Amino acid sequence: MVTRGFTGRRPSAAFARRLPPGQFETDDFPVLAKGPTPELDLATWRFTLSHGPRPLASWSWAEFQALPRTRWQGDIHCVTTWSKFDTRWEGVGIDDLLAAAGVAPPSAFLLALSHDDYDTNVPLADLVGGRAMVATHFDGQPLTAEHGGPARLLVPHLYFWKSAKWLKGLRFTARDEAGFWELRGYHMRGDPWKQQRYSDDP
Amino acid sequence: MSGPTHWQEAVIERIASATPRIVSVFLKAELARHIAGQHLDVRLTAPDGYAAQRSYSIASAPGQPLELIIEKLDDGEVSPYFHDIAQAGDALEVRGPLGGHFIWRAEDGGPVLLVAGGSGIAPLMAMVRDWARAAVDLPLMLVCSARTWGELAFGEELEQLEASRVDLRFVAAITRGPGRRPADRTQRLDAPALKELIAQWGQVPRHVFVCGSNRFVEGVTRGLADASLPAGMIRTERYGGAE
Repeated sequence: MVTRGFTGRRPSAAFARRLPPGQFETDDFPVLAKGPTPELDLATWRFTLSHGPRPLASWSWAEFQALPRTRWQGDIHCVTTWSKFDTRWEGVGIDDLLAAAGVAPPSAFLLALSHDDYDTNVPLADLVGGRAMVATHFDGQPLTAEHGGPARLLVPHLYFWKSAKWLKGLRFTARDEAGFWELRGYHMRGDPWKQQRYSDDP
Repeated sequence: MSGPTHWQEAVIERIASATPRIVSVFLKAELARHIAGQHLDVRLTAPDGYAAQRSYSIASAPGQPLELIIEKLDDGEVSPYFHDIAQAGDALEVRGPLGGHFIWRAEDGGPVLLVAGGSGIAPLMAMVRDWARAAVDLPLMLVCSARTWGELAFGEELEQLEASRVDLRFVAAITRGPGRRPADRTQRLDAPALKELIAQWGQVPRHVFVCGSNRFVEGVTRGLADASLPAGMIRTERYGGAE
């Protein structure tokens, strides 16, 4: 359906190829969160990998810094329709995290858990194989609180609500359990190239 | 297929100036009844098929004609269309109502504290209007920040509503000009100002909603934390990347 008089502002062909459907490119880094930004103390910060209620491994901030580091550069996509190109991140890859924990994945599904009681589900397949990290740095600097610092999940190939801010742990779940936004109408997987925004999008 | 994620046609019934930079766009569309605080996705399509979509909060009360308020962003792609081109009778596409967190229903109870920065008033206005129509016995305070009184959307409607409802407290926080009423504030909404406003209100809020730019929401939520409000009762919605 054509909207009378709307012409729009098209991205260049190079940018258009990198934009998933329904997205626009921005230089800004918008902030979205369900509530206030928590202030977290590195002295008491812990990251816990668990299977249901059972902890599998846990790291203090100092211990977490000693894990192998991963860098990634690329484009991120928010379900609110902005995309940001060539973002640079650094942190601990999920593959390295699982290796450090010394455990075989007990299930194919996880929930990312945050300090502000946010959570979001991500299948194991979307976290391993170099596809995701626990990010502690953005653009060469420690991640600021409003962008999820000290540590957030980074799953850049899915809509960014999956990249939970203020991450405190990853929990293996027996089945694919809906998280905060998934319980409120958003898609269980959230692939931007398939426009999986809302629960009944294909 | 129908439902909130199905795109459908909406017709612009009327566009009215709300402030020098904000228009109210009234839409006619066959959508499910919304909950105060929810938004619509709006999609505009050019003749060659290029489309742009954005989300706008609904400012009208549930069951009332759909009203969106749209602030003009000078370098925006979609907002200038609503300010400079769109007319009554034009058609576009919408889907919704959407959103299941930044919402309030009368049965959720109160007291309710609403804090709006600029066009962030839209979803909070829907809550105030819903509260007024539900005629429930619970206190509500709305604090709206704007640079000048003239840039405050819905100022007159809120003044009239406050005159008829003793359980509504409406405070305009004007940052670059004089206030208009004794209750108005002329400084930023920092922690001392928020503490004082809550003390003067005399209520302990049960639900707090803060909506505006990220900078505004960060400042207000830090102030509310200093005023000892638990983070778990505070819901936020942050607009755009214009900051």
